[in-house]
Amino acid sequence: MLLARIVGTVVATRKDPRLVSNKLLLARPVDPKGKAEGNYLVAIDTVDAGVGETVLIVSGSSARMAAGMKDTPVDAAVVGIVDTVDVNE
Amino acid sequence: MQLARVIGDVVATIKDPNFDSIKLLLVQPIAADGKDVGRPLVAVDSVGAGVGETVFFVRGKEASFPWHPIEVPADAGIVGIVDHYTVPK
Repeated sequence: MLLARIVGTVVATRKDPRLVSNKLLLARPVDPKGKAEGNYLVAIDTVDAGVGETVLIVSGSSARMAAGMKDTPVDAAVVGIVDTVDVNE
Repeated sequence: MQLARVIGDVVATIKDPNFDSIKLLLVQPIAADGKDVGRPLVAVDSVGAGVGETVFFVRGKEASFPWHPIEVPADAGIVGIVDHYTVPK
């Protein structure tokens, strides 16, 4: 899973019907120290995350195993709100 | 599977209910010589690994298989702790 920071929300009126009533968030991956890196991605929110929070994003087909995402066309889902990241090395 | 070193842990109180009582660890993929390769990522732990240990992990939906039939929304999971490995020169 990726660590990412939520940087915004995404609104789409025309979308796959199975995505209706799901919140879409714009996230930017971060390294363990919180520095942004890599490309922005659109992720489905399953844990009520908000802008500015550090979250855990699951990608690929595993995203469909997030709560309520069965058989939906998603490849990135926010599955946790990160409290702390401890790096010990 | 990929070789990695466990470099830290991640705490998230609000998360997908299927993550309950599953440990989240920060892993840094490594090459055969022990050098870091690529970005660190968050993996679920099914073998009781700890910080500093060399492990191997699976990517993709298979990361959730240790908890089958519970659908853990994970795309990376530690499935073994490496005792030692040899690379003939």
